[in-house]
Amino acid sequence: MERIEAQDLGESPLHPDPLEIPALAYGAMAKSKPYPASVAHQTALGFPGELVENWQEKAVAKLGELVRNNRALRFYLDGCVRCGACTDKCHYFLGTGDPNNMPVARQNLMRRVYRRYFTFSGRIAPSLVGAEDLTREVLDEWYTYFHQCSQCRRCSVYCPFGIDTAEISMAAREIMDTIGMGQKYCNEIIGKVFKIGNNLGLPPKALKATLAGLEEEIEEDTGVPVRLPLDEAGADILLVTPSADFFASPHMEGLIGYAKVLHESGVSWTFSSHASEAANFGMFIGSRENMQKVAQRIADAARDLKVKRIVFGECGHAWRVGYNFLDTLAGPFDFLDRRYPVPQHICEFTYDLIQQGTLRLDKSKNDHIRLTFHDSCNVARASRMGDMPGGQFEIPRAILRACCNHYYDMDPDTIREATLCCGGGGGLLTDELMDLRTKGASPRMKALREVADEHGVTHMAAICAICKAQFSKVLPKFGFDMEAIVSVHQMVSNAIVLTGSKQDEEANEADEEAGSVPAVAAQAETAEPAQAANAQEEA
Amino acid sequence: MTMQYKIGDIVAEHDEEGYLTDITVWNKDLALLIAKSENIEMTPEHWEVVDFLREYYEEYQIAPAIRILVKEMKKKFGPEKGDQKYLYQLFPYGPAKQACKIGGLPKPTGCV
Repeated sequence: MERIEAQDLGESPLHPDPLEIPALAYGAMAKSKPYPASVAHQTALGFPGELVENWQEKAVAKLGELVRNNRALRFYLDGCVRCGACTDKCHYFLGTGDPNNMPVARQNLMRRVYRRYFTFSGRIAPSLVGAEDLTREVLDEWYTYFHQCSQCRRCSVYCPFGIDTAEISMAAREIMDTIGMGQKYCNEIIGKVFKIGNNLGLPPKALKATLAGLEEEIEEDTGVPVRLPLDEAGADILLVTPSADFFASPHMEGLIGYAKVLHESGVSWTFSSHASEAANFGMFIGSRENMQKVAQRIADAARDLKVKRIVFGECGHAWRVGYNFLDTLAGPFDFLDRRYPVPQHICEFTYDLIQQGTLRLDKSKNDHIRLTFHDSCNVARASRMGDMPGGQFEIPRAILRACCNHYYDMDPDTIREATLCCGGGGGLLTDELMDLRTKGASPRMKALREVADEHGVTHMAAICAICKAQFSKVLPKFGFDMEAIVSVHQMVSNAIVLTGSKQDEEANEADEEAGSVPAVAAQAETAEPAQAANAQEEA
Repeated sequence: MTMQYKIGDIVAEHDEEGYLTDITVWNKDLALLIAKSENIEMTPEHWEVVDFLREYYEEYQIAPAIRILVKEMKKKFGPEKGDQKYLYQLFPYGPAKQACKIGGLPKPTGCV
């Protein structure tokens, strides 16, 4: 692992402010758009294969249906007072300078059309109230700029009315899908979930072989036969995780962490080949029908496997869907053990074990790492963890602090509820949008650069498959190592001392030689001052 | 929208990103042509990766996880080749995506 060298602060150039407002660059991103979905991708999801003849009429009718049924959306379109608080809050605006990436401007793409067809003043005097016909030019603008919103909701935190641009961009995508103008990346992937069971298109045979390979690897490494069971009926827990965890790095290193924690907990668990995906791209395209069908697979698998609990792995928007909508989409879950949250996050599971003192964690195993944490947008702003407000911020940090000695937060205006999107969320993690993704990542990269220079931070942890994939691609463009992004449970995996493992025996032998305190206690004592020092540094 | 690779009389359709539409038409000449469009000159080291991907795909209908690829390369060709960085040197846009394209295999999709 290449270390990010801490620079001499006296000589380093002044850090660019991660939130510095750029000069306006009109039309800078007007050419950025994702590949269109093919006829096959569209029809698999129940959408028209290509742009329908009467698209304008159908689109307006769909918008009408949405504002009638979704009072929040109607309020978001009616309620803006143009105060400007949101204008500099979008990472895509900060990274591109394109004024259409100001949240209010993005909202206005739909608001103008809404006014034209659904408000009295817009019908009789459109030019006086900024109302506009839904022309082909406007539709193309929608396709371009509603695919430059990662639905991260940072702007909504700063809006005095809480107007949520994510809801507007989801509605826009739903309208476009309805008239046959879908996006390839999302729609192809949702189709794969229906056909194969996951975003990746990983068939059960390959999944089984992958899990068996990991079992072998963990046993070689630790001497402990940690299992990664698949389709085992009667297990207590169904673990649902993004399929990227079975494929990419550093995702898979996190998966190894979940397996080790679950092993050490002693609770029986299983993956499902039917629900081998936590992600739910139905949300990104604003399609309740598709979201429901994807979520239903999890409920069906839980019933078929007769599990008592459902636990979600590290996936940002999956946790939003799971935490907020799983019950309404695919419930009731009255067949599960209601003493546990439905669903539970793997971080909650691990945190509880740490609180109970069940896990033995050797922080020194991560001493080569100086760490920071990137709050993933959907976890930070659209969900919660644990039973206290802000648990979604504290629990992952508490886990990381229990696993390493060197932890530093980034600029407070770029973390927790103010976190910046990775630049690849909301269905934009596709290669043809790499320019947008890179520019959108630049505010986060600047914030990372600050802690790298000031505290020698070498790695950044995240709990979202999209964040991990996005960062491993864009980090090198900003002078960081591609492996500087790690999974939260990768840190756990490095630190955990499995009972009866080689590492456990080594530690016990060392204790006997020293003839004194057991390793855990000794470690806890030395760790505390370091933690206090860290807390102070951050304050 | 149809896009094609052409070698002499042979025409192979591909998608917007250069992945073959019909993976059964793949052959080594086509691989060289795709590699050229990716600015990659195929060396024996590149073929080691592409051949393994195709072998794995044959068995499992998907490309292997990067970790499996790294492990397998290490086992077959030695520790200096069992390293993610080595694979990225060969295929700068990522071994999974770029080597799949050259090997005529579909692109891995999702959060990868």
